[in-house]
Amino acid sequence: MVKTVPLDYYLWLAAALFTIGVLGVLYRRNAIIIFMCIELMLNAVNLLLVAFSTYLNDASGQVFVFFIMAVAAAEVAVGLAILVMMYRNTKSVDINILNRLKW
Amino acid sequence: MTLNAFYFLSFLAIMSAIMVVLSKNPVYSVLYLIITFFCIAGHYTLMNAQFLAIVHIIVYAGAIMVLFLYVIMLLNLNKESEPHKSNILKFAATICAGLIMLVLIGSLKGTENMLAQQPAAADIGLVKTLGKVMFTEFLLPFEITSVLLLAAMVGAVMLGKPESR
Repeated sequence: MVKTVPLDYYLWLAAALFTIGVLGVLYRRNAIIIFMCIELMLNAVNLLLVAFSTYLNDASGQVFVFFIMAVAAAEVAVGLAILVMMYRNTKSVDINILNRLKW
Repeated sequence: MTLNAFYFLSFLAIMSAIMVVLSKNPVYSVLYLIITFFCIAGHYTLMNAQFLAIVHIIVYAGAIMVLFLYVIMLLNLNKESEPHKSNILKFAATICAGLIMLVLIGSLKGTENMLAQQPAAADIGLVKTLGKVMFTEFLLPFEITSVLLLAAMVGAVMLGKPESR
């Protein structure tokens, strides 16, 4: 199976997805959507790791992606638990309410 | 053929990623993010990483996004009453993201000639190869991951418990 997609196309795609994730983190106030944008950034990096591992013939990259998925799952579980606790206390998931740690 | 599939999947992934950021309703954001994840799984399949594509769909679309949906529905956030940032903050966020994109483009430009342009072996994404690497070279990280997941589970249960007064 001969593939014709050059590796740098994947570079640009991953860069665009990562930037959209950064934009979402900066743009929204809803903490759940900020979490989703963090997932998007993780996925951009995963895509790049898989691309490099395929094109450079090194299986370590795909194993790294596996570990990143495990870390992302753990992060989402703990993060959403924190969000639920925060909602229970403040009745909102607006990150502007969480400014008591600012000073 | 492969290139067309790449363009189609990339377009769909980027469009739905933008819609994740821009849609008002959090439930729609989750659904668009699921579309993005399926497109990324399609990219994995294009790169012959079939095992990762399947695991990606199972873990992300099947587990993580369902968790997000459950939390959104439990907290009853599926209405569009969410406060938004002021316009100047939105403008500043867009400028910042554009600058990050500019930095990425500037640092990645000109690397095309340094990269291998053809994928090497087709069997690298199979379970056999990955399993061999994971259980020999990466055995210790694999075991530590189980500790991490256990810690996350305990932490989530502890955090989710109602406070006893």
